[in-house]
Amino acid sequence: MKKFNLKKTTKVDFATYLGVIVTFIVLFVMQNGGMLSYSMSGMLVPICCFIVMAVSLNLTVGILGELSLGHAGFVSVGAFSGIIASQSLIGVIESASLRLAIALVAGAIFAAIAGVLVGIPVLRLRGDYLAIVTLAFGEIIKDLINCLLVGIDSKGLHVLFNAKGLLTVEDLHLEEGGRVIIKGAQGATGIQTISTFTAGFILIMITLVVVLNLTRSRSGRAIMALRDNRIAAESVGINVTKYKLMAFVTSAALAGAAGALYGLNFSAVISSTFNFNISIEILLMVVFGGLGNIWGSVIAAAVIRLLPELLREFNDYRMLFYAIILILVMIATNNPTFKNMLGKLIPKKKGAEIDG
Amino acid sequence: MDRFAHRRGKLVPLPSDALVPERDINSSPILEARHLGIEFGGLKAVDDFNLTIGRTEIAGLIGPNGAGKTTVFNLLTKVYQPTKGTVLIDGIDTHGMNTVQVSKIGVARTFQNIRLFSNLTVEENVKLGMHNQIKYGMFSGILRAPNYWKEEKRAHEKAMELLQIFDMENLANHKAGSLPYGAQRRLEIVRALGTNPGLLLLDEPAAGMNPSETAELMENILKIRDTFKIAIMLIEHDMNLVMGICEGICVLNFGKVIAKGSPEDIQSNPVVIEAYLGKKKEG
Repeated sequence: MKKFNLKKTTKVDFATYLGVIVTFIVLFVMQNGGMLSYSMSGMLVPICCFIVMAVSLNLTVGILGELSLGHAGFVSVGAFSGIIASQSLIGVIESASLRLAIALVAGAIFAAIAGVLVGIPVLRLRGDYLAIVTLAFGEIIKDLINCLLVGIDSKGLHVLFNAKGLLTVEDLHLEEGGRVIIKGAQGATGIQTISTFTAGFILIMITLVVVLNLTRSRSGRAIMALRDNRIAAESVGINVTKYKLMAFVTSAALAGAAGALYGLNFSAVISSTFNFNISIEILLMVVFGGLGNIWGSVIAAAVIRLLPELLREFNDYRMLFYAIILILVMIATNNPTFKNMLGKLIPKKKGAEIDG
Repeated sequence: MDRFAHRRGKLVPLPSDALVPERDINSSPILEARHLGIEFGGLKAVDDFNLTIGRTEIAGLIGPNGAGKTTVFNLLTKVYQPTKGTVLIDGIDTHGMNTVQVSKIGVARTFQNIRLFSNLTVEENVKLGMHNQIKYGMFSGILRAPNYWKEEKRAHEKAMELLQIFDMENLANHKAGSLPYGAQRRLEIVRALGTNPGLLLLDEPAAGMNPSETAELMENILKIRDTFKIAIMLIEHDMNLVMGICEGICVLNFGKVIAKGSPEDIQSNPVVIEAYLGKKKEG
């Protein structure tokens, strides 16, 4: 009984990995065999990105238990730092996959730095207040990137901060042959789209390993303890700030890597791509998949991204159906009567007897 | 209820007039609270609280409702910072420390209203108690480095050993929140023991227990003291428990200590009787 139960969480983890791997192989074969429609295969990388974003947000919302509405901010930081890294390495590093890897790491590092900067003051707040501040952070990041002018030439990277809106690309004083990477509000243009489905798959696997192994380790237990009972956690000697920050920054770093992958999937990206709606959409995926439930987030992210596409034939009524389906699923999964019906269908294994 | 009498040490005075059991006379006390006090906006919740607890003493803190007993626990564990006085734990001045630091120098506690990590399993709860004894970092955990396996194995064995005290090993994989009330209370004690404390503070451990459960709890408290050689201080309203196993008893009323001594002294102390039952009408 003991051994069997001990393996239960491990079993779920392995099922999650296996599910992702099998789905990847099937889709990969279908894509190479030309069995996927053009629009479908175009959605593969964004779906991978959103899965990573949802899983990483689940670390903050589901496992740490703090509501964050600014996840798109970290995605945005990751996207633009990834784009800068990748674009400035064109000609230096020939291999596109190596450049992509560096871009993802750069995205993760910069998003993690943003996570630390935001996290230190913000994690003292709780509940609604934290949600409001993270929401503001997301909006501020968007505006900051709107003011950014970045170019590169043989002398290196030129960065200008166009706070008053008076500067133009000319002010970067690029040499002959220099390239502009980010043009303020016009965003990043002329990006070499080097993101691949395989890279997306690898990033999902890394994210799953990080998040799942973290939650099964000493640090992850401490993070969940903070969620369940902060006062008791302190009484057994758990440093609240340290573990809150650990979860928050890990979550930000993963979101940053996802952002970099997302950014490098399109030839042009503007900062308002990562607006409040994206934060809410990621949060929706987390809630839809179940708080703290990692495989739930993976499936929910894929479903929520695919749903508008699948409902395309309803034309104008598409978003209406989208909303109705979401509401119905939420009701169904949270309805005790419905749950009981499901419970009767699936015979429960009897646990060890509990003595009072 | 005096079947435990032979297991209670005789109190002897220290040079400071504090009382400790005779067997603890050769070691420094685990806890010394001196002139401890806290005010909440002019209200003196605890005032001039002095207490010394021997290294392996079982001490009781009793008093009518609202006397400030839990506040004393909160002061000792630094949930509140005292506005007056000092607390020495194992000779270390805890001035300016926070709850986490006090836990690291060996003070563990349970709560009056149970505070478990209810979505985690029983074993995880105990391992969280052992948090600061498990030595590996975040990256070893994520990468499942060799020390992750080694430490987790050791932690698992230790957790099972601790759960065995209360015969709870078979519940290890149940969610803590799904346990019956009595088991939750016991789990809180096990979790506190996981921190490897020198002083264990129990806030109403027998609350809501029936007489047979209480008797079992008394045995277990004595067993914990004898096995781990630690001091235990408990707040309790069940006088059978307090008089049965506590060696030194401290009575609190309106934030002030009104009596200290052995169970026999306390039972016959007129001030204590008055605090609990009120004054006898004159004439």
